[in-house]
Amino acid sequence: MISSELRELYQELILEHSKKPRNFRVLEGANHTAEGFNPLCGDKIKLYLEIEDGRVKDIGFQGSGCAISKASASMMTASVKGKSVSETQTLFSEFHKMLSGKESTEFDETKLGKLSVFSGVSEFPVRVKCATLAWHTLKAGMESSGKTVTTEA
Amino acid sequence: MNSSKRSGTVISKQSARAPFDVAHYRKDFPILAQKVYGKPLVYLDNAATTQKPQVVIDALEQYYAKENANIHRGIHYLSQQATDAYDDARVTVQKFLSARKPSEIIFVRGATEGINLVSQSYGRTFLKAGDEILITAMEHHSNIVPWQILCEQTGAKLRTSPINDDGELLVNEFEKLLNPKTKFVSIAHISNALGTINPVKRLIQMAHERRIPVLIDGAQSAPHMAVDLQDLDCDFFVFSGHKLFGPTGIGVLYGKSEYLEKMPPYQGGGDMISAVTFEKTLYNKLPFKFEAGTPHIAGVIGLGAAVNYVARIGLDPIFAYEQELLEYATRKLSEVSGLRIIGEAKEKASIISFVLADVHAHDVGTILDQEGIAIRAGHHCAMPLMERFGVPATARASFAFYNTKEEIDRLVDGLHTVLEVFT
Repeated sequence: MISSELRELYQELILEHSKKPRNFRVLEGANHTAEGFNPLCGDKIKLYLEIEDGRVKDIGFQGSGCAISKASASMMTASVKGKSVSETQTLFSEFHKMLSGKESTEFDETKLGKLSVFSGVSEFPVRVKCATLAWHTLKAGMESSGKTVTTEA
Repeated sequence: MNSSKRSGTVISKQSARAPFDVAHYRKDFPILAQKVYGKPLVYLDNAATTQKPQVVIDALEQYYAKENANIHRGIHYLSQQATDAYDDARVTVQKFLSARKPSEIIFVRGATEGINLVSQSYGRTFLKAGDEILITAMEHHSNIVPWQILCEQTGAKLRTSPINDDGELLVNEFEKLLNPKTKFVSIAHISNALGTINPVKRLIQMAHERRIPVLIDGAQSAPHMAVDLQDLDCDFFVFSGHKLFGPTGIGVLYGKSEYLEKMPPYQGGGDMISAVTFEKTLYNKLPFKFEAGTPHIAGVIGLGAAVNYVARIGLDPIFAYEQELLEYATRKLSEVSGLRIIGEAKEKASIISFVLADVHAHDVGTILDQEGIAIRAGHHCAMPLMERFGVPATARASFAFYNTKEEIDRLVDGLHTVLEVFT
């Protein structure tokens, strides 16, 4: 028997992206890259970005991790492609609000679109980092600090 | 020293020859009776930490409620009570491990601190640039990093003895790595990630033939099998209290007195001195030289109660029962489709690391958790070992004597739920 919480967490869309991640490739023309690492579980992601005129022209990623982190990375790349850097930042902040799971923090579901499929993660506090690793890495990539992002800093 | 006034040390109702009465022992652990997410808890994360029997909880309570005082400053009644209880626990541990003298038992925070103490005190005094320290490929980070720090400080080199695909140490390779530059050997008795039981007695002999001192990391062995230090003849041995059904923050370093005597203190402070002037300090005798400051008195007393508790059940019956659990779990888990066990040594303790199809260990852990089953998912503080097996992480079920075959069945059911979610 699969509990309703588990069904909420592992939704079809998440499982599908984790099995067939989009943009799972090294981007030859990348002008920004960043690496993310969760030392607690060993999840790793390398993000490749081609940013032109303040827009994410193309994006790709490589790495290994759990279903949540892989699906999150995959769906993130799909949703930020073509968006401006500032739109991407807004998206991350809404995504973050959704995962924090506090009733007081309202997030804009319309802005998140398909990404709201991750709302179930807020019920699993230890898994929030899995869902945000790719986003933190993206933020670092756009700022191009060149440093490895860690979930435990 | 040996006056046992503690009510925590009641005599067991079980005789050593009775069949292993797991249902009876489970009642000693209040935490095991609880439900999580509405389901009976199945606790299979014993290699990380073990649950505490009521006698340990009572010992802590009794100390704080009736005996709390600082030790070895015994001018008043309570201090004497606390000192007696503290010293009794040292004797309990000495007998448990068959150490020659109580003064060879040093109380530390855990196995990690014990290894750090040896690497900093012995290592910094007696090792120099070009010397070698030999460990194995299956060590926990706590038996890697302290030696790396020592290497940085002294210019010594860390060498690693390889293992085979079953997770067994290659003893011939180990012997080849012992050379005139080798000045210290430090090995896990049992691998926390694979469950492999290393043939430490043989390895110690090999090192001793070359006059190399050996430390055995007993974090996973002391709670699950009989350890006789006179038989093993290692020079140092460490274990953690919390993995032996005792409190967190307390552990033991055993050292042969001939080594401990010539080692400088690890930390300075109260209790480790015999006379202090601003010009010079005379250090206290063993074991106090290595126990600076007010120690974790409650922890030591709780550990004493835990050691008494497992000793009454008996480590041989515990080991035999856990082998039964291991054999059953190995068989049942092998039947789960897509499950691969990592670590298939012939000599194994009741620890099973595995990967399930292409499902990440964390997803396995989350789904099992929802079923009330606690396992560990991750790299088990053994990242080099995970790399050796080409996996980023494994799921790990580790058993204690209070686990049952029914719980293993629950684990197997849980794994089927995992597969159901992911197909």
